[in-house]
Amino acid sequence: MSITTHAVRIGLRRGRTEFIQSIRSTQDQWFYLFTAVLTLGYLWIRRDADTGIEGLPFAAVALPSLLGALVAFGVIVGPAYALAMEKEDGTLLRHRAVPHGMVGYVSGQLLFQSMSLLPQMVVILVPSFLLFDNLMAHPSGWLTVAWVLVLGMLAAMPIGMTIGALVPGVQKVGSWGMLPVMVLAGISGIFYPVQQLWGWVQVVAQVFPMYWMGLGMRSAFLPEAAASLEIGGSWRTTQTVVVLLTWAVVGALVMPRVLRRMARRQTGSQVEAAREASMQWVK
Amino acid sequence: MRGLRMRYGDNDVLNGVDFDIHAGEVLCLLGPNGAGKTTTIEILEGFRIRSAGEISILGEDPASAGESWRARTGVVLQSWRDHPRWTPRRLLSQLGAYYEPYSTPEQPRPWAVDDLLEVVGMTDLADRKISTFSGGQRRRLDVAMGIVGRPELLFLDEPTAGFDPQARRDFHHLVHRLSDLESTTILLTTHDLDEAEKLADRVVILAGGRIVADDSAEGLSRRVAGEAEVKWTRDGERFVHAAVDATAFVRNLLAQYGDEVRDLEVRRASLEDAYLTLVQQHESGRAEAAAETFAEVTR
Repeated sequence: MSITTHAVRIGLRRGRTEFIQSIRSTQDQWFYLFTAVLTLGYLWIRRDADTGIEGLPFAAVALPSLLGALVAFGVIVGPAYALAMEKEDGTLLRHRAVPHGMVGYVSGQLLFQSMSLLPQMVVILVPSFLLFDNLMAHPSGWLTVAWVLVLGMLAAMPIGMTIGALVPGVQKVGSWGMLPVMVLAGISGIFYPVQQLWGWVQVVAQVFPMYWMGLGMRSAFLPEAAASLEIGGSWRTTQTVVVLLTWAVVGALVMPRVLRRMARRQTGSQVEAAREASMQWVK
Repeated sequence: MRGLRMRYGDNDVLNGVDFDIHAGEVLCLLGPNGAGKTTTIEILEGFRIRSAGEISILGEDPASAGESWRARTGVVLQSWRDHPRWTPRRLLSQLGAYYEPYSTPEQPRPWAVDDLLEVVGMTDLADRKISTFSGGQRRRLDVAMGIVGRPELLFLDEPTAGFDPQARRDFHHLVHRLSDLESTTILLTTHDLDEAEKLADRVVILAGGRIVADDSAEGLSRRVAGEAEVKWTRDGERFVHAAVDATAFVRNLLAQYGDEVRDLEVRRASLEDAYLTLVQQHESGRAEAAAETFAEVTR
């Protein structure tokens, strides 16, 4: 077994430990509960809204879109915050000081962020299926859910890691990461069909993975007839795969470089400066 | 290490710093705040790229050294809120695991977690959440994380900053133990002369971006103490003279002027006096002058 593989294994163990610690922490449990309440509340309040197709409930259309957006949000904002924070608190520097520590750190982070999606999905899906009928048109849709989830994660997580590596401080993650993702959620056909927006906005939305993750999720949950609501009246499955894969490949090429650059710049005095800056809120 | 230089823009932070560190030695880099200690140690740790100069540590240049060099060195970092949900036992076995491939019969790595916890006096805290620790407990954990891979060379930057006296004494014991029993080579920085005298086999004093003294603590004291200040008054006039052999000087003085000499005062300069003067000058922004004065006194 090579030393790198060894480091990856230690990192994965780290990811598992972090995950277990996370689901045991009240802070994180509240976060999951909060997103679940928000999502279900939105679905409940708008439960009688018209979908444009006879017999198709609003929740059936909105839930998969929201799932796509939540996954994208989770794997972009989650790692962005984690990296920005762990750059400042010295977690990264510690890993820089041990042999192959950065390899382990990144492996752990990728596993932890992926695993964190599970409780997120459970707290939304379980109550949704209890509250609303006819959410999943065909049981085979779960298979589609699985591949959209995996591809979506591969496409979006490197974006989150890259933002986290480049952002100059934790307080900046809001404007560098959170805000763009929220704007993207607003234009990616999550809350209303993307066709209602101007043409150029539709183009922008379709460049990023979030739109395609929502579309993929809708194709998994909804009956064939609902495809008529989409651009071109089709689920555009091939295009979904191509766009998400492209993001995944670009991400896999760019992310390691950005992370290496970030690791090289880590020093004790930088951590010390961040510590002092964090105590000084008003500048 | 030869001719180490560090520039930020037009500002020379380090200006030709030279020193050697020998295997098994405890070397203390002493100097006032802002003298360039942290910059120097970060360059030696390989965390910061130098502007010029040559460095060889354990046979390699830290700036380009690989992961096996990392495995032979340890860095004690100051934590403040990392790994709050972890326990020392979990974290130490996690970090220690990275050193397993570098274990040799002569130098088994990593340190067994239970032994390590005992060495730093944390056995009782082994399974407590790190977020509940006091500052002193955290710092002991920092040391444990720094030495978990049984390093041949250990870097410590201002290790006792913020320690209470008891914690400081415990820490000094730990450094002696590492040095004596594990024969770890230790490079540490401090701005506290007392600490340097207690811990170091050799003290390198850094001021104004250069080295103003490099000797054992005893050697430094002896060199400074070599000169004494003689003060007296004669005919209402005050005289001050720095003399190498104060006794001979006073004998001559009295032989020459006899009863005219009054208020005679002989004061041996201590290392502490010399160092305090250096710090004061440094803090009032006269770093260069401070370095000059000190270099003269300890010449």
